[in-house]
Amino acid sequence: MRNIFKTSYVQDIRLFEHAGHYFWYGLLLIAVFAAPQIIPQFFVGEMSLVFVYAIAGIGLMLLTGYTGLASLGHAAFLGVGAYAHNYFVTKLGIPFPFALVMAGFVSAAVGIAFALPALRMTGIYLAIATLAFAVILDQVFSHWGSVTGGFRGVPVARPNLFGWPMATETHFYYLCLVVLILVTLGARNILRSATGRAMMAIRDSEISAQSMGIHIARTKVTAFGLSTFITGIAGGLLAHKLQFVSPEAFSIILSIQLLLMIVVGGLGSLHGCFYGAVIVAFLPQFLALMKDVLPPSIGQIPGLQGGVFGLILVLFILLEPYGIYGRWRKIRLFFEVFPLYRRATFKRQRGYLKTERMR
Amino acid sequence: MTAPSGIANAALLEAKKLTIQFGGLRAVDEVSFDVKPGEVYTIVGPNGAGKTTVFNLISRIYDVSDGHIVFQGRDITDVPPHRIARMGIARTFQNIELFEHSTVLQNLLVGRHCRNRTNLLSEIFFTPGVLRAEVEHRDKVERIIDFLELQHYREQIIANLPYGVRKVVELARALSTEPTLLLLDEPASGLNIEETDDLANWIDDIKSDLKITVLMIEHDMRLVSRVSDRVLAMNQGRVLAEGTAAEVQRHPDVVRAYLGS
Repeated sequence: MRNIFKTSYVQDIRLFEHAGHYFWYGLLLIAVFAAPQIIPQFFVGEMSLVFVYAIAGIGLMLLTGYTGLASLGHAAFLGVGAYAHNYFVTKLGIPFPFALVMAGFVSAAVGIAFALPALRMTGIYLAIATLAFAVILDQVFSHWGSVTGGFRGVPVARPNLFGWPMATETHFYYLCLVVLILVTLGARNILRSATGRAMMAIRDSEISAQSMGIHIARTKVTAFGLSTFITGIAGGLLAHKLQFVSPEAFSIILSIQLLLMIVVGGLGSLHGCFYGAVIVAFLPQFLALMKDVLPPSIGQIPGLQGGVFGLILVLFILLEPYGIYGRWRKIRLFFEVFPLYRRATFKRQRGYLKTERMR
Repeated sequence: MTAPSGIANAALLEAKKLTIQFGGLRAVDEVSFDVKPGEVYTIVGPNGAGKTTVFNLISRIYDVSDGHIVFQGRDITDVPPHRIARMGIARTFQNIELFEHSTVLQNLLVGRHCRNRTNLLSEIFFTPGVLRAEVEHRDKVERIIDFLELQHYREQIIANLPYGVRKVVELARALSTEPTLLLLDEPASGLNIEETDDLANWIDDIKSDLKITVLMIEHDMRLVSRVSDRVLAMNQGRVLAEGTAAEVQRHPDVVRAYLGS
C-alpha cells in the first residue's frame, strides 16, 4: 500500500498526485510520440482515429459521464464540426487551427441553441430529444447543398498548417495527438475546479446542488456547450481523417458507438474515454480479421459488427457498469489494500429512505 | 414587494402568513414566525404537519402561494433557489442528499460553490487565480472538517460511510457555505444516543462559536429541550403553539395533536 505524505493543499489539486504518476504518464507520452517511428503506417492511421474518437469521447463524457445527461445525438455534433471546419477551410480559406476552433464554436452554438429548450427534460426523454435533433441535423446536412454538398457529400483536403501541408499519416497522427492532449488537459482543469464539481453535483442530486447555490440550468447548458465544442473539434479532425464528409457518416450508429465508447470505457472517468476509443476504433478491424478465421456461417453474418457492439454494451452494463476503468480501479485497490479488500466498496448501494426525494 | 426591514424586532428570518397550496391541500396554512439572530429555533410536530414544506419554502424549492419570507430585512419570496445559499441560508435534508459517488472532501467543496468567483475560461486554463481560489476553498473546508472531527473520512467515498457519519457530512457541507442561518431537517433522525449527544454539542458550538443561527426540525424532544431557545409546534399546516420547549410540550393543543383528544 502506498502512503502519500501530504504537506500542502496544492498536492491534492495538482494534475498528478505523486511521482509514480509523473513517471507512468511520462512514459506513455514518450511511447505515443515515438510510436509512428516504430509501428506500420496503417496502424499510425488507425491510432489517429483512436485519438479523434477519444476527443469526441471526452466531449460526450463531460455531458453523460459527469453531468448525467444522456445524448443519443452526438454524431450530429461531430457532423456540424466536420462540415463547419471544412467550409471554413475550403470556402473561406481560414487557417487550419482557427478553422478548427471556430468549428468547435459553431458546434457549441448549435448545441446550446438545442440545450436551452431541451434541458427541461431529463433522463430518457432528453435522450429521445437529442435523437430527434440528430435526425433534424441529418436532414440539414442532406439538403443544405451549398455548404454540405448534399447527399453526395464534399471531399476534404489534407490539413495545411500555415502553408505546411500535412501530407502523411504520421503528420496527421501528431496533429490529433496534440489536440487530444490539449483537450484532455482542458477537461481535467474544468473537472478539478468549481464548474466540474457543479456538474458532478447535478449528476448526483439536483436538489442539493441547487441548495448549495448551483444554477442548475446554467450549469447544464455550460456542460452541453463544452461537450458540443469538444465534439465539434473532433468532427473537424474526423473530416480530415475520412477525407470526405457525407450525411451517412454521422448517422445514429456513430452516436451509439460514441455512447458505447464511454460506457465500456467507464462512465465518469476521463481514462474511460481512451479505453473506449481503442475498442471502438479497433473492434471493426479485429472483426474484419476474424472473418477470415471464423467459419463462414458465423463470419459472414450481415450486421455482425453492430451485433458485437450491442453485445459488448449489454454485457458491460450487466457485469461491469463502471466499465474498463472501473474494473481497473477495483484490481488496483485489491492489491493496494491486500488482504483487506471489501467487495462492498464498489457495490451499488441501495439508498436509504428516499420517500421525500425530490427531483 | 420590498417588505419593511425588521429593524424594530431585528428578526433574522421572518415568515409572514406563509401558505402553500398543493391542489386542494393547504400543506402550510398562514404560518408566521420569526427567528432572532443567534438563537436555536426548533419546529416540532407530528408527521405531515408541514415542517419540511416550510423548509422547502424558505430554501425556495417550492413557490410560496401566499405570504412572505423576509431574511435580513429583505423579501426573499421571489429569489431564485440557487441564490439562497449565497444570501447565507444553508440547509440539510431529512433523507441525506449527498453526492454519493464523490469523496467527503469533494462534497464539502461543492458547498463552497456559492462563494466561488472563478469563471469558466480561467478554469479551463487553470490560471494561478483559480489555484489560489481552490486552495482558499480547501482551507475553509478543512476548518469545518476540524470542527466536526471528520479528518478520518476526508478521502472516503460517501457510499462507503455509515449513516451517522453521512449526517455529519451533510451538516459539514451546509457549514461550508458560510451560512448566517442554518436549516437542519431532522438532524438526529437515525442517529444513536452517542451520535445525538455529539450533535447536541455541535449545535451548541455552531451557535456560540460560529455565531450561526439555527432553524431546526426535530422529533427527539430530549435534543430539542437541550439545544432550543424557542420551539414552534405545528400540526396539519398550522401553528399550534410557540414558546420554550417545556411550554410547548405542556400546551393542550400540542398534547391533543400527538395523543388525540
